[in-house]
Amino acid sequence: MLFKVGLRNILRNRRRSAVTGLAIAVGALALLVFGTFQSFIFAGFQTQVVRGRGHFTVFRDGYFLYGAGNPAAYGIDDYKSVLALIADDPTLKPMLNVVTPTLSLFGIAGNFQGENDAAKTFLGIGVVPSARERMRQWDQFRIASPYLPDLRLADDDETRGLIGVGLARILNLCGPLKIANCPTPPTSTTRKLAAADAPQEDFSALVAGDLDRSPDAVRGMPHIDLLAATAGGAPNVVSLYLAGADPQGVKEFDDNYIGMHLALAQQLLYGRGEHKVTGIVLQLHRSEDMPAARARLAALFKEKGLPLETRDFAELTPNYNQTLTFFRSIFLFITVIIGVIVLFTVVNTMTMAVMERTNEIGTTRAMGVRRSGIRRQFLLEGSMLGVIGASLGVVLAVIVAAIVNRSGLTWTPPGNANSVPLGLYLESPALFIGTWLGLVLVATIAALIPANRAAKLPVVDALRHV
Amino acid sequence: MNASAEEPVVRLRGLSKTYATGAVAVAALKGISLDIPRHRFSMVVGPSGSGKTTLLNLIGCIDVPTSGTVEVCGEAVGRLGDNALSDFRARNIGFIFQGFSLIPVLSAYENVEYPLLLVGTPAKERHERTLAMLNAVGLDEQEKQRPNELSGGQKQRVAIARALVKHPEIVLADEPTANLDTRTGAQIIELMHRVQAEFATTFIFSTHDPQLISHADETFTIRDGELIGARPPGGAP
Repeated sequence: MLFKVGLRNILRNRRRSAVTGLAIAVGALALLVFGTFQSFIFAGFQTQVVRGRGHFTVFRDGYFLYGAGNPAAYGIDDYKSVLALIADDPTLKPMLNVVTPTLSLFGIAGNFQGENDAAKTFLGIGVVPSARERMRQWDQFRIASPYLPDLRLADDDETRGLIGVGLARILNLCGPLKIANCPTPPTSTTRKLAAADAPQEDFSALVAGDLDRSPDAVRGMPHIDLLAATAGGAPNVVSLYLAGADPQGVKEFDDNYIGMHLALAQQLLYGRGEHKVTGIVLQLHRSEDMPAARARLAALFKEKGLPLETRDFAELTPNYNQTLTFFRSIFLFITVIIGVIVLFTVVNTMTMAVMERTNEIGTTRAMGVRRSGIRRQFLLEGSMLGVIGASLGVVLAVIVAAIVNRSGLTWTPPGNANSVPLGLYLESPALFIGTWLGLVLVATIAALIPANRAAKLPVVDALRHV
Repeated sequence: MNASAEEPVVRLRGLSKTYATGAVAVAALKGISLDIPRHRFSMVVGPSGSGKTTLLNLIGCIDVPTSGTVEVCGEAVGRLGDNALSDFRARNIGFIFQGFSLIPVLSAYENVEYPLLLVGTPAKERHERTLAMLNAVGLDEQEKQRPNELSGGQKQRVAIARALVKHPEIVLADEPTANLDTRTGAQIIELMHRVQAEFATTFIFSTHDPQLISHADETFTIRDGELIGARPPGGAP
């Protein structure tokens, strides 16, 4: 009977109920559209980061805090054994998509081809090309652009590499690399930079002869020379043939980035010494396995007495959590505003309902309905308004999401060089359930005030009300 | 309750009710004592503002006296808390209001069924009793109609059926014919008389309708909050 009376009273004041329900529906729609957009951003951002650097990177203890100053000193000893230990572990194995070594280093890059004499410090990353390609295919959330193979690097050709567009511009490589919208630096500036950054003649002398070792496959590509200090402190030089330029999202990184084959990076950093790596990258099939995988890695390293630490992609990408926090703050702000609007709308509607039905309240109380029964009745009506409005909002949100997801919109996220599809991520059951429940709860709480007022009405006063 | 048939169904002693209107206190009832016998057609009569409705409200346990005691069906209701009073009303007292006071979103059938829901009557019995009561008041054909689809007389019939369906000890009717034309009023009085006899219920009216008063077994006359007469004289202690 409670439901029957509640529903019929809602239908009795169709216009008022419709306005209230619509206010709740619009609130739900706004929350869900922003929430699904936020989920899309999170999923897209995570996909981008995990494709690039995996879920975890295993470092030698201390590297994360101090290693950037001297990567060679923080190399992982006998890294191939560590790789095998991780890859063959029965607990980790089913979770792992890719396990691959990586080596970070820095030095000076110079372009001395022809008339060029530009040099610039660089930040290099050595990778296993085939592993990098497997990582690029990760798409747990099924929202990324279709995978396009990148064959510019190859496992069997360690002389090829990639360069950031900014660094290519500085090194006067825009023409040879056919980079669009890439101005050539003024000659005077280039010479000045070169003079400041590197002792050009010594550098050229070190490189001499190295070019002759280049394989036939890379002939015709522009090449640069990389100078770095080995683990032993001696200068070492290698040549790198550039297969292309990749824009990096952050200018500072774009102006310094060089990607290369792991073997070349090891040759540059360790020379004839033991080749190490600075990190072992793990990419899991599913991000949900991260806690379990991390716990297992810690146990494994402890068990084997290995001085290694594990850092996840959020720790290694500072703007990841910042972006998440930023969006969550906006979402919270919107949620509070919508919650307050819904609260006041339902309070107003239910207060009107109580006023209009005061005599009815008196009648039912006289017939033997308890105060709690009156309270329940109005609470139920408030929550029914919430259910109707929130359900309508969910339906509208799904329709809007379907339209947006089919519209082919794109956008360029912060810290990203390329535009990515813009969409609303519907596979967020927690968001939908949370929004629905939250609005129903707010509507119910809003009804509590007038419901209490109705329950406390003296019966004779209520009966006297016209 | 457990009271015998000879005992009065309502026993009022020294009943006073004072309303505070700002700084002014208005005495609606002044020390009224009376007994109302069972299974009778009793009327509280008097001019407007004499305190009839206040008296009925106190007997109906929907208001509390300033002083004095109210005993209904052998129960001293002043000792009961709000929930207990609600339950007591649900079991023992039916109300018929001047303005009908039907629940507008419920059909005639549902309005009549409502009191049975409050006392937890099983569904089958509820259905049978509701239909029987609608039949008793001659509204079999209108059971699906909402109050706004019924005439004044039909509404009051629904109200009577609603008051009687749970077989209460007492039915309180506050000016039940006031909103009805003379012919319909007469029909309603006749109906109430008939169902009162059929269900052996005590009817207590407040009225100044001479047509209704002429059907009274007992009348209690009130003026300015005081009981000034009872007919037959045994009505007052």
